[in-house]
Amino acid sequence: MSELKRDKNGRILFTKEMKKEYTILIPDMLPIHFNIMKNVFTHAGYKIELLDNDGPKVKQLGLKYMHNDICYPALLIAGQFLDALESGKYDVNKTALMIMQTGGGCRASNYIHLLRKALIKAGYDNVPIISFNLSGLEKNSGFKLTLPIVRRLLAGVIYGDLIMLLSNQTRPYEIKKGDSDRLIKKWTKELSNQFIASKGYSFAQMKNNFEKVIQSFSAIPLKKEIKTKVGVVGEIYVKYARFANNSLEKFLADENCEVMVPGLLGFLMFKVDARVQDFLIYGGSRLKYTAAKTLLGYLEKIESAFMEAIDKSRFTQLSSYKDTKPLVKGLIGLGNRMGEGWFLPAEMIELVKHGYDNIVCTQPFGCLPTHICGKGMVHKIKAMYPSANIVPVDYDTGATKVNQENRIKLMLSVAREKLPV
Amino acid sequence: MRIGLDIGSTTIKSVVIDKLGKIVYSSYERHFSQITSKTVEMLTAIKNKFANETFSLVISGSAGMGMAESCDIEFVQEVYAEKVAAEKNIPDSDVIIELGGEDAKIIFLGQAMEARMNGTCAGGTGAFIDQMATLLNVKTEEMNDLAAQYEKTYTIASRCGVFAKSDIQPLLNQGAKKSDIAISIFYAVVNQTIGGLAQGRPVEGNVVYLGGPLTFMPVLRECFDKTIGTKGTCPENSLYYVALGAAYCAKKEIDLDSIIEKLSKYVSISEWAKLPPLFNNEEEYNEFKARHAKADVKYGDLKSYNKNTFIGIDAGSTTIKTVVMGEDGEILHSVYMSNSGNPVPIILQFMKSLYEMKPDIKIKSSCVTGYGEDIIKNAFHVDHGLVETVAHFTAAEYFMPDVEFIIDIGGQDMKCFKIKNGVIDNIYLNEACSSGCGSFLQTFANTLGYGVEEFSKMGLYAKNAVDLGSRCTVFMNSSVKQAQKDGATTGDISAGLSTSIVKNAIYKVIRPSSKEELGRKIVVQGGTFLNDAVLRAFEKEMGVNVVRPVIAGLMGAYGCALYARKYAGEKSFILTSDELKNFSHSVKSVNCGLCSNNCRLTVNTFGDGSRYIGGNRCERPVTKNASVGDLNIYRFKQDALRSLKPVKGKRGKIGIPLGLNMYEMAFFWHKFFTELGFEVVFSPLSDRSIFIKGQATIPSDTVCFPAKLLHGHVAYLMEQEDIHYIFYPCMSFNFDEHLGDNNYNCPVVAYYPEIIAANMKMKNGVTFINDYVGVHRKKDFPKKLYEILSKYFNGISIKEIKSATEAAFESREKYMSSMRAEAKRIVKSARKQGKLIIVLAGRPYHADPEINHGIDTLLESLGMAVISEDSLSGLVEKFHVNILNQWTYHARLYAAAKFISDKPDMQMVQLVSFGCGLDAITTDEVRSIIEKSGKIYTQIKIDEITNLGTVKVRLRSLLAALKQQEGNI
Repeated sequence: MSELKRDKNGRILFTKEMKKEYTILIPDMLPIHFNIMKNVFTHAGYKIELLDNDGPKVKQLGLKYMHNDICYPALLIAGQFLDALESGKYDVNKTALMIMQTGGGCRASNYIHLLRKALIKAGYDNVPIISFNLSGLEKNSGFKLTLPIVRRLLAGVIYGDLIMLLSNQTRPYEIKKGDSDRLIKKWTKELSNQFIASKGYSFAQMKNNFEKVIQSFSAIPLKKEIKTKVGVVGEIYVKYARFANNSLEKFLADENCEVMVPGLLGFLMFKVDARVQDFLIYGGSRLKYTAAKTLLGYLEKIESAFMEAIDKSRFTQLSSYKDTKPLVKGLIGLGNRMGEGWFLPAEMIELVKHGYDNIVCTQPFGCLPTHICGKGMVHKIKAMYPSANIVPVDYDTGATKVNQENRIKLMLSVAREKLPV
Repeated sequence: MRIGLDIGSTTIKSVVIDKLGKIVYSSYERHFSQITSKTVEMLTAIKNKFANETFSLVISGSAGMGMAESCDIEFVQEVYAEKVAAEKNIPDSDVIIELGGEDAKIIFLGQAMEARMNGTCAGGTGAFIDQMATLLNVKTEEMNDLAAQYEKTYTIASRCGVFAKSDIQPLLNQGAKKSDIAISIFYAVVNQTIGGLAQGRPVEGNVVYLGGPLTFMPVLRECFDKTIGTKGTCPENSLYYVALGAAYCAKKEIDLDSIIEKLSKYVSISEWAKLPPLFNNEEEYNEFKARHAKADVKYGDLKSYNKNTFIGIDAGSTTIKTVVMGEDGEILHSVYMSNSGNPVPIILQFMKSLYEMKPDIKIKSSCVTGYGEDIIKNAFHVDHGLVETVAHFTAAEYFMPDVEFIIDIGGQDMKCFKIKNGVIDNIYLNEACSSGCGSFLQTFANTLGYGVEEFSKMGLYAKNAVDLGSRCTVFMNSSVKQAQKDGATTGDISAGLSTSIVKNAIYKVIRPSSKEELGRKIVVQGGTFLNDAVLRAFEKEMGVNVVRPVIAGLMGAYGCALYARKYAGEKSFILTSDELKNFSHSVKSVNCGLCSNNCRLTVNTFGDGSRYIGGNRCERPVTKNASVGDLNIYRFKQDALRSLKPVKGKRGKIGIPLGLNMYEMAFFWHKFFTELGFEVVFSPLSDRSIFIKGQATIPSDTVCFPAKLLHGHVAYLMEQEDIHYIFYPCMSFNFDEHLGDNNYNCPVVAYYPEIIAANMKMKNGVTFINDYVGVHRKKDFPKKLYEILSKYFNGISIKEIKSATEAAFESREKYMSSMRAEAKRIVKSARKQGKLIIVLAGRPYHADPEINHGIDTLLESLGMAVISEDSLSGLVEKFHVNILNQWTYHARLYAAAKFISDKPDMQMVQLVSFGCGLDAITTDEVRSIIEKSGKIYTQIKIDEITNLGTVKVRLRSLLAALKQQEGNI
């Protein structure tokens, strides 16, 4: 049994011994991505379990142990963790939790601290929480993001984006129900196997894989049908996680829509770029600037390979990260870096430009950054692009599905007027 | 025949049109949440009326969505239906404003059609007007006539029903006229609709009014007309537009018989979160009743009682309670009346009947508490006034001398306090956002067509009680709506509401880290706990049996009587039977005009010439003295801001809105631009009119009030002559004061300039400058500013900017140190006078009188000295906190909390603006720092709300608790 160690402020550490004995719980956000990424960690010797527990109890636990005015994602994630710990499925003396910590000016950077407070309140003060971040916040001897892991994770993100993009464009039209989901399963397994064999994440291998994945999705037989094209943007967690957005994608699918959800890579690039922009706007350490710029360059290179591969197919894709910047000129500054920042309105405009002019902008109720970059930009985007049909929707424990769906239905009614009959 | 059904939250409307599109039938009925059976009933009526016809059918309305889906009936979204109907019947209309039971909508027609519906946080609807009518004790139908007779309007928060309520209650208690309040409620609805829904898009052209409230209340339409500056129309069939639109959309022929049959068989799938039943059987309930019957007091006979008596009065928000008590604590007489607005005539009636019943009564002493404390005390010369919390504690102690925790849920408010060593150790009052108390249960019962008692009884054995969580009541409305849709029974809803009240109290107001923290010896009281369902829910949630005195509803009054007995003088001064004969009471409302606040005062004059003034924020209108004390740093801050005068310069005027971070940055930018030869014009400190100027351009109705105010400030600047540039920069980062791990601004402070740029149209010839600047990097600052300013102005040299930068940094530093010196002086002087020092902590913008609502002055008038968090934070070294300490302003809060830890004469009161997400983090941390040192943490949540009643209760309770603590040492 691993010894419990704490740092000088009483934070319980995740030690090397724990790595062997402990199961790490991670709240799922994007099933495709996270399943690939889970396998990366498993291969590196961690015991990982993705949490997809849902339901009223999760919300209740969140409400009970978190400040009720905290953002919905924080509340849900805490609820998921606590529900899992209480479920009896895990030995609480051999379980650790892991969440992402961004370190920006938004409240999200504090989730981990609030979660810790919640765990103490609920009597789980011996459960270590691992901060997943690339900014060097909170170190743990038992958890290290080594270069091989980071490269695989990054590849996982990109494959996830690709598969999500392709399946979103095949699933609504498939003749044989389940074709797309079968392929998702197949590729998750195949790519994970490649990672285990130390393959699949070099530049050349990725290129190769891209083509194969695209080919396989291109081969799915589809029917010709006109569907309402809807883009989904918003705060990163409620945009992706079905727990948070009341299964928005399923609702839209049932409403006969084709959905486009921008991928994770763009957001990642936006976060890296924030440091580049900070330097350009305010000045600062040239070294940090160069490092961020190099990393951004690397990501851009992968992105362009990814985009080239799709360009050769019949699938629609959005612009490259770089090309989104001019879109927000005169709308919002590139210094807007907290939360989703300027990249959120950029995504909305991109969607409009690529034929997805019906947009659901998902926000947690009372989310501070999206007051500005979500809801706050809709008015002007509509003035710039009159065809834009955007509905901001708030998500919260108190907000009901019926109200949300009602608002989305209105957006869809307007959308359908424009559909050719 | 084409049928359209509009199934709303409270009503169902049906319309039948013939082949020519003419309406041949329509009906409008309340469904009392029996949606399916009502629908079947209405369809059957249609079928019988039009035998031998063929039908098509479309359903619309949020409550009909699930039913339509399961029974395979075509559904159209209601706004869309409305649009279809409007385009057909009023083709030249531009904007539709529709108020419904629980919805408010603005639809912009034409080219760029847009519809806005109230989101998750909104009042201002029909249900809101109903609620307000209940509060005024008039029928909803009478509201219109009342409003027509208005003389004056008051400011009522337009954010949501709960807020408005807490604005209206004090007005009623101060004696404001119902007609004036009615019109003010209408304007609150208008402001809510325009402010919340227009979101920057001007409402102009032909306006069409639809829906119940606007159809039935012409005065409400006039209020809209006046505010928008137009003359709107309310068309024929304005109630039926959604149903009509649905009928227009009905194209596919259906078999009405089979649909009716399908509907009759339709049982919606119940999928709501469920709670276990409150009682499993009658036996359990009886045991429960017997247990609680034990907590009782002695009673005596008033008529035959010849010793001294003591009168306790609790003039609460929705009820008035009085107790006549004998020398041994026995209750001789008690009355529990509902407060129909003005407490004076009720107490008058009570006193008169008391003297009639017992002409020779010996009243030794009397005491009053509650919202109406001041007016009743003045009107009837009551001997003592007592803050509510102390009144309740006094009573609870009588029943359970070692009580550890008291929770009182009344009609409007919730008070909880922890008792440690016989003194009130911690007070929790519900903030304006969570007052989902007894009156909510009552209003809800009424909308469903029941009395509150009957309604809550229905929930006692409910098997599938709806779990409504612990959120504000506006949210609950829609949760209930959803549950109704899924087929929850009234009993299920009733039990759910009772439980949610309890959860609100525990998880939203008290928020203990564990239930044990509250202690196991609990007394519950207040009228709401007379409700067995609520009481049971509380016991279940807490997992402990509690004491509910039989007189739970009278505890405030009983506590007063006990207090009166303890502090009795020779004889009571309360008006005698003779004096009552000449009693009269008249009310006048005037504007104070003695300072820039210009409070709307209600002046009550009584028969003996004594007066009581309400609505004031300070003592000035009462004493006529300018009680400008010198122990208030907030006044210093305001004066410092006012001293920033424009200095004529060669480069012309530049306007800067005084909002958010500008309350501090002003000293920086004023110097910076003055040095560069600009004439710097600031918008003034805020007032109501500033807010109104900008409210139509606010895109997010849930953003904090300080942010919303900015729109008005920018609008103000645009009205000034010769201002061609408005400067309001974005700032991700703030000054690094070395108190935290980073030095961010909050996202709203950092980026609000982007909102202004994207949502406010600049006047011709005005350029809005909102570039990103970084004061955290002084070294790079001149170069970056040179790049920015060169985009807008010619001929400003880097050299000029460099020296302006130096001066600007210096100027801000000078301000900060002068402010800190002032705090030092205040502390010194307060100590000399033996005054309590309150650190009124918030952010720089809390210096604004419209944002802090004069709480600083209130503290002063209660005899305290006031300093601020930023005046102390410089005295503290960086230390470890249990959160990521990365915002400059917030780091100051922790530092100030730490600073006062070992200062016995300092207490902290934290101001929190509603909607401030970051304060969800700071409040808990500040509380834990403060409580570690054994001090009482006080948080005051503020919004657009303008009434200080609750704030005052809170602060007085704090004072009483401190006094008690002192007494016990």
